[in-house]
Amino acid sequence: MLSTLVDLSRPGHYLHWGFIQISVANAVVIGLMIVTFVVAVVVPFRAGGRDR
Amino acid sequence: MSDITDTTVRPAPDPLADGTPAPGDERMWTARLRGAAVRALPPGKLLPDRQPSYVASWVYVFGVLTLGAFTVICLSGVVLILKGPSWWHESSVGLFFNSIHLWSVELFFFFMVLHLWGKFFMASWRGNRALTWMTGVIAFLTSVGTAFTGYLSQQNFDSQWIGTQAKDGLNSVGVGSFFNVLNFGQMLLWHVLLLPLGVAVLVGLHLLLVRRRGVVRPLPAPGRARHRGVGLQVSSAAPVAEEPAPDGADR
Repeated sequence: MLSTLVDLSRPGHYLHWGFIQISVANAVVIGLMIVTFVVAVVVPFRAGGRDR
Repeated sequence: MSDITDTTVRPAPDPLADGTPAPGDERMWTARLRGAAVRALPPGKLLPDRQPSYVASWVYVFGVLTLGAFTVICLSGVVLILKGPSWWHESSVGLFFNSIHLWSVELFFFFMVLHLWGKFFMASWRGNRALTWMTGVIAFLTSVGTAFTGYLSQQNFDSQWIGTQAKDGLNSVGVGSFFNVLNFGQMLLWHVLLLPLGVAVLVGLHLLLVRRRGVVRPLPAPGRARHRGVGLQVSSAAPVAEEPAPDGADR
């Protein structure tokens, strides 16, 4: 299943938007980073142990 | 058998235990250097037991995850150095370590950029912490160079493509005369020695500066003057003082 989605033996897929060109793989990584950052801002950090 | 009641050994007082030199040794360079180091980073500051509440934040988790990924990169890189290109291309174990090296680099940049974003939006250069910020930025740029030379050192069609595409750009700015991306030996040595050493030194300096200057306080909440924040958020919890002292004395 995964091998059909990610076939490393073929040229990668690219997104074009004007003069901007980015591979789907890089776009996915950047998207994951943005999502992780937003989650880190929203989700409170639960500090364990005693008060510092 | 002799009747020994007190076997406790009490050593003589060591004049060097707290960093102060023995009488008469104050002018020795070792004593002066040690004194300067202890004054700059006393042990309690270098490895503190407690941190301010605002250190409980995801942004520092990202920083520590970056350090963890960097450790895995170095360890897997050492294995790759020991075994060589044919091993990491052809054997299953070699391919595994090659992948470990690649994916730890991916995670390294992933978490480092998240740490950078968080610290940027926290304006972490406040309170005389510009040098801490700059060492982080330069460590990031050096890491980009290290990754680039790593891609050039793969010894496959991918590295050939990257090298032949990069040479024109680098030649156009006059770099190619001393940094030749088509010279595999030069790129490999930059990748396995010079640049990782640079990253390690910069990361070490960054951490020492964090310990010396302390962790920056959160920005005040909108509409409130100088309130304490938690994590990447700001809240209206207990008020705190103005910007910390330049030498991190608020720690």
